[in-house]
Amino acid sequence: MGQTLTEKIFSARCGSPVHAGEVVMAPIDRAMIHDITGPLAIQKFREMGGNRVADPEDVVILFDHQVPADSIEAAQNHVFMRMFAEEQGIRNLDVREGVCHQVMMEKGFAAPGEIVVGADSHTCMYGAAGAFATGIGSTDMGFVLKFGALYFRVPESTRVEVSGSFPRRVGAKDLILAITGDIGADGASYRAIEFTGATIGGMDMAGRMTCCNMAIEMGGKTGLVAPDRVTWEYLKGRREMKSFALEADRNASYADRRSYDVSDLAPQVAVPHNVDQVVDVGKVEGTPLDQVFIGSCTNGRFEDLAEAAEVLGNRSFSEKVRVIVIPSSRDEYLKALRAGLVERFTMAGALVEAPCCGPCMGGAFGLLAPGEVSLSTSNRNFRGRQGSTDAKVYLCSPATAAASAVRGQITDPREVG
Amino acid sequence: MAGKKTVQKRAMATVNPPRVWKFGDHVDTDQIIPGRFLTIYDPRELALHAFEGTRDEFARLARNGDILVAGSNFGCGSSREHAPLALKGAGIRVIVAESFARIFYRNAVNVGLLPLVCGDTSGISDGEEAAVDPGTGELVAAGRKYALEEVPGFLQEIVDAGGLVEYARGLEEVTTCRKTTRSR
Repeated sequence: MGQTLTEKIFSARCGSPVHAGEVVMAPIDRAMIHDITGPLAIQKFREMGGNRVADPEDVVILFDHQVPADSIEAAQNHVFMRMFAEEQGIRNLDVREGVCHQVMMEKGFAAPGEIVVGADSHTCMYGAAGAFATGIGSTDMGFVLKFGALYFRVPESTRVEVSGSFPRRVGAKDLILAITGDIGADGASYRAIEFTGATIGGMDMAGRMTCCNMAIEMGGKTGLVAPDRVTWEYLKGRREMKSFALEADRNASYADRRSYDVSDLAPQVAVPHNVDQVVDVGKVEGTPLDQVFIGSCTNGRFEDLAEAAEVLGNRSFSEKVRVIVIPSSRDEYLKALRAGLVERFTMAGALVEAPCCGPCMGGAFGLLAPGEVSLSTSNRNFRGRQGSTDAKVYLCSPATAAASAVRGQITDPREVG
Repeated sequence: MAGKKTVQKRAMATVNPPRVWKFGDHVDTDQIIPGRFLTIYDPRELALHAFEGTRDEFARLARNGDILVAGSNFGCGSSREHAPLALKGAGIRVIVAESFARIFYRNAVNVGLLPLVCGDTSGISDGEEAAVDPGTGELVAAGRKYALEEVPGFLQEIVDAGGLVEYARGLEEVTTCRKTTRSR
């Protein structure tokens, strides 16, 4: 029987053929903890009797959800994790680098064939680098810290094949929103989603990251793209590694196969309060907005900011909306700065913040009051996600966000620029 | 005196039997515990904010042993373990749902909650008296019986230990890629 990409990765790391449904204790190549889930992971590690972390060089600590510390409690959590990193000899990137998933990718901490875990659900994003990467809870992470390994039930896979060329101002975010709307919020539960096809092959790493990032929104354990020329090119200078072949067998067995053609895809919007409630932008055009957020691990890369700036052109954002722009990492911030985007957004009336999760998870700043409406390039529009449970969050692409911020209402980006 | 206490306890149990907290489909972890409370790690303190803004009475009225019953995809979203901890702090021990989101399911087992799958929960109503029959493994709600699926084999060991911390405390080392049970 042929193997899926996921089965290939687990088989290679285990040294013997492994198939979906089997439970294995797999070695962990890299583990990431941040300021929200990290303190509890460390506490659980201690409660398990842990003294020394199994593989400190394979652990990455960083802070991104509440940075700079927005409360004394958050500051204490940061101190607690700093002390642990120092005691254990773990790499601590602290508040310096940005959103965990972007940083893990750009530092080369995830590479083809590796098994990577993170104490954050959007860890599935590193599948864009051809890794098997998945989000875990703090107690599982405590186990990983103690043993450098974790139980996995090797998941079945959903194969998503994408063809066609994107129309103007339509891209990876519109695609993944459309797929999520089709598959549903639990349509890929417990499964790995393999993205393949000509459109994925032609997509840059930024777009692949956007797609893999949202696999969890369909219940997926991870999203993956088989490493190709684009992947290996991206890894150059980030990771010393010789390229090798890693792809699913033609006769691999899939739990589900889907195919999509993006040729006629319209800009997509997820409406409150579920990520799979997705419509063409035309259905919600004119919805008045209070806040627009361009950023997050899903869409805070330079490519995203550049497209938003292109749509914006020399206009100003509507004075009716608060526009918050957050590059997803220090590297992305620098790229935006050097390209003049930070100046452009600031001139247009936006608040450009330092790299962090920002309003995405409603824990730090940029919260919504009851009755307010936000349009966001992030990944979740759950009730209360960005503040009041009586607020509404819509999700969209950077292009749609920029066009909508110009008009002060949800707008088709093709009408603006 | 001891005898009298037992009688009192039994009387209490009759007055306040465990009951159902019924929820729908796709209950996400942001609803279970909103993002602004994630600097808290104590289960009882987290429980004070469980379902804040979406079902405020839960934190006030949930009692030890109450059973949470939901539709499909319970616990979707964030990996925050604060979610099962908040439910545990509120006294919930058993969650019955038609399906669970993956990370929540595993977190629940890890912190010592019992997530059990029930094919159809639509007939179970909020406030019904309920209990899991330890003999048959069925959920009995308002006198009606509902079959529950067992936790998969490899997780049962963790359930039996009382959670992953208790399971791991006794372990000195693990053998990687030792194939264990083949689950469903």
